[in-house]
Amino acid sequence: MNSGNHEDPAQDTSYRSWGNYPRASHKKILRPSWMDEITGATLRENAPLLAYGLGRSYGDSCLNDGGTLLDCRGLDRILEFDVEQGRIVCEAGVSLGEILLVAVPRGWFLPVTPGTKIVTLAGAIANDVHGKNHHVEGTIGCHVERFELVRSTGEAVICSRTENAELFAATIGGMGLTGIIPWAELRLKKIESSLIEMDTVAFNTFEDFTRLSSDEEGARYEYTVGWVDCLSGRKTRGIFMRGNHATTGGLHTHPEKIKLNVPFNLPGFTLNPLTIRAFNTLYYAMGKAKGGHSQVPYDPFFYPLDKVNNWNRIYGEGGFTQYQCVVPETEVAAFQEILERIAHGGQGSFLGVIKKFGNVPSPGMMSFPRPGLTLALDFPFRGEKTLRLFSELDEVVAAAKGALYPAKDPRMSPRMFRLSYPRLEEFRKYVDPALSSSFWRRVAEVAR
Amino acid sequence: MSEGLIILGATSKIAQEVGRVAARHGRELLLVARSVERAEAVAGDLRARGASKVTVIAADLADISTHFSLWEQIEADMPDAAEVLLAYGSLSDQARADNDIDYTLSELNTNFTSAASLLMHAAEQLEARKKGVLAVITSVAGDRARRSNYVYGTAKGALTLFAQGLRARLFASGVRVLTIKPGPVDTPMIAHMKKGLLTATPQAVAAAIYRDMENGSADVIYVPGYWWLIMAIIKAIPEKVAKKLKF
Repeated sequence: MNSGNHEDPAQDTSYRSWGNYPRASHKKILRPSWMDEITGATLRENAPLLAYGLGRSYGDSCLNDGGTLLDCRGLDRILEFDVEQGRIVCEAGVSLGEILLVAVPRGWFLPVTPGTKIVTLAGAIANDVHGKNHHVEGTIGCHVERFELVRSTGEAVICSRTENAELFAATIGGMGLTGIIPWAELRLKKIESSLIEMDTVAFNTFEDFTRLSSDEEGARYEYTVGWVDCLSGRKTRGIFMRGNHATTGGLHTHPEKIKLNVPFNLPGFTLNPLTIRAFNTLYYAMGKAKGGHSQVPYDPFFYPLDKVNNWNRIYGEGGFTQYQCVVPETEVAAFQEILERIAHGGQGSFLGVIKKFGNVPSPGMMSFPRPGLTLALDFPFRGEKTLRLFSELDEVVAAAKGALYPAKDPRMSPRMFRLSYPRLEEFRKYVDPALSSSFWRRVAEVAR
Repeated sequence: MSEGLIILGATSKIAQEVGRVAARHGRELLLVARSVERAEAVAGDLRARGASKVTVIAADLADISTHFSLWEQIEADMPDAAEVLLAYGSLSDQARADNDIDYTLSELNTNFTSAASLLMHAAEQLEARKKGVLAVITSVAGDRARRSNYVYGTAKGALTLFAQGLRARLFASGVRVLTIKPGPVDTPMIAHMKKGLLTATPQAVAAAIYRDMENGSADVIYVPGYWWLIMAIIKAIPEKVAKKLKF
C-alpha cells in the first residue's frame, strides 16, 4: 500500500467528523485501493488504527487523534449483484447512494436507510444505522447477510448469523473497533416504483404525535418520522411525515450531481436563536401548506439535506453537534421534559427529528436503536453553554433508562456510555487491540 | 457502439473509471490485468453497473515473452473487438532510476517496449477488421523530459511517437489511433503527493477519454484540455534554460 500512503510529520488535520467538533490530528493516513492491502500486519503496524468512510459521524467516533486513519473510500466496488434475489456484495467504501444507483433501476431499494445516502456501507454497519422504517424493518444490521472481518491477529473471518455469530453481533454497531470490514453482503428490498406516496400531517400537541406514531397507524405506513419545532416548548408543534413505496411511476435514480454547495464555513453568527426560530416557523408553515398527499421521488423524501453539499458548514468554524437519545415509550414525561429543557435552554436547534422505534431487535451488542421514542436535535457548538445543557438532558435520559448514540456524540461521559450500553463489558472482549478511536478512548478505556 | 472493448491494464484507476462509463452504456468488456483477484473485483463492479458481459484474463503485461499466446487468447475471447484501450503503466521512481540501470531498463520496458509490443498485436487485429479505435494512454510527462521524472517521461514520449507512427499506418485501413495525454490525476499513484489545483479526478478524466473514443475524431487529446497550453509553454522553454531547472 506504499503508493497509497500519506505520511506527514506535520500531522494530517484534513479528516474531520461531520460536526467539525472536535478536531483531530492523525499521524498517518492509509488509502487502500484494494481489499488485499488490508491485512493483520496493516492493523498491527499502524496501531492505533481506525477505518474512516465518508465522515458522516458527528462527533469523534470516526476520528482517531494521534493515530492512523484507514480511508476506505478507495474500496468502492460492487463485487456482486444478484438481480433475481436482491443480494448485493460491496466493498466497504461503497456508499448507500452508489448502491441506489445500481439497485433502483432493477427494482431494488435499500432495506433501511438513514437520513443521508452519503455514508459507506461499512460505516452504516459499524453504527447499525436506522431509518424511517425502524418500526417495520429494524436496523440495517437486520439485513446484513454476512461480511468479512480482518483482525490484527491476521485472521480474516466470515461473519454471519451462523458463522462467528458473536463477532457478527459485536461488529454490527461495534463502531469499527472489532476489525476491518473489507466487504459486506446486504439484502435489498423489492420495489415497483422509485416514488414514495407521502402524507404530511401537522401536529400541535404531543398527544397528536403519539397518536400518529401508534402501532395501528404505523402498520399502515412503512416510513414515519416527525419533525419538531423545539422552540415551541410544551406545545410540541411539528410535522409528521409518513410514506410508502408507490406502485407506479417507473424506476428512476436520484441525480448524481449535487448542484448546491456551501463552499466554506459560514461566520458563526449566521445561526442565532432568531434565525433558527425563523427557520422552524417557516418549515412548519411549509409543511402545513403542503399538508396532505403527494407523490415524491425517494431522494427528497429520504435525503432532503443531501441536496446541499457540505451543509454542515452553515454552522461555521465552531462546528455543531447533535443530541440523539432514546427513552422507553413509557417515559413520555421524560421525553417532554427534554423538549422543554431545550426550549428554555435558548440554544435553538434547526431540525428536531422524532421517531418511535419499533420492537424489531437490533442485531448488534452495541446497537443504539431499541424500543422507545428517539429524538435527534442539531445544535451549533457553543462550548460550555452547549455542554451544560447536554449534561442536564443526560440526567433526564439516565433517569428514564434511556441511551445516547455514539455516532452523533462528541461529549458523552463514560458513565452515560455505560448506562446506555449494558452489554459493554461483553463487547470489550471483541475489540481488536490494534483498533481504537477518539470516542472509544474518551468513553470506554477510562471506564474500566 | 455496442461492440467489445479490450482494456489492457484494467485495474489502473483511470481504466476502472473508463470501464464504469462503458458499463453504463451496456458494453461488453475484456479486462486484462496482472492480479486476477483485483481484476475480478473490477469485473464484478462493471457487471453490476450494467456491462453486458465482462471477461477477465490475468497476465503480466510487462512480460513480452507471453504476448503471442496472450493475444491469441484475447482474440479468441473477443474476436470482434471494436476498441482497445492501453491503460497500464508504472510511475517510475526517478531518484532510484538515477543510480539503478536495471530498474531504469525495466521501467522503460513496462512503460514503452512492452506497450509497443501489445499495440502491434492490437493493430493487427483491428487492421484486419478495417475499423475500430486503438486508444493509448501516454502522459503529458512524455512531452518533455524533465529532471524529476525523465525515465517515465522518456518511455511515455516514446510511446507517444510509436502511436503517432501506428496512426499513419492504420489510417488507410480506417482504424483510428487516439493518443491520450492525462495530466496529474488523483490516483493511488500520486496519493503521496500534494494535490495541486491542476490535479484532475479519475472520473472526469475517464469521462473525457470515453467521450472521445466513442464520438471524437481527434488524434491526440490532453485531459483535462488545458494541459495542451501548459505543455506548449513548457515545450517552448529553450533547452539552455530548461537544463538548469529542477522541475
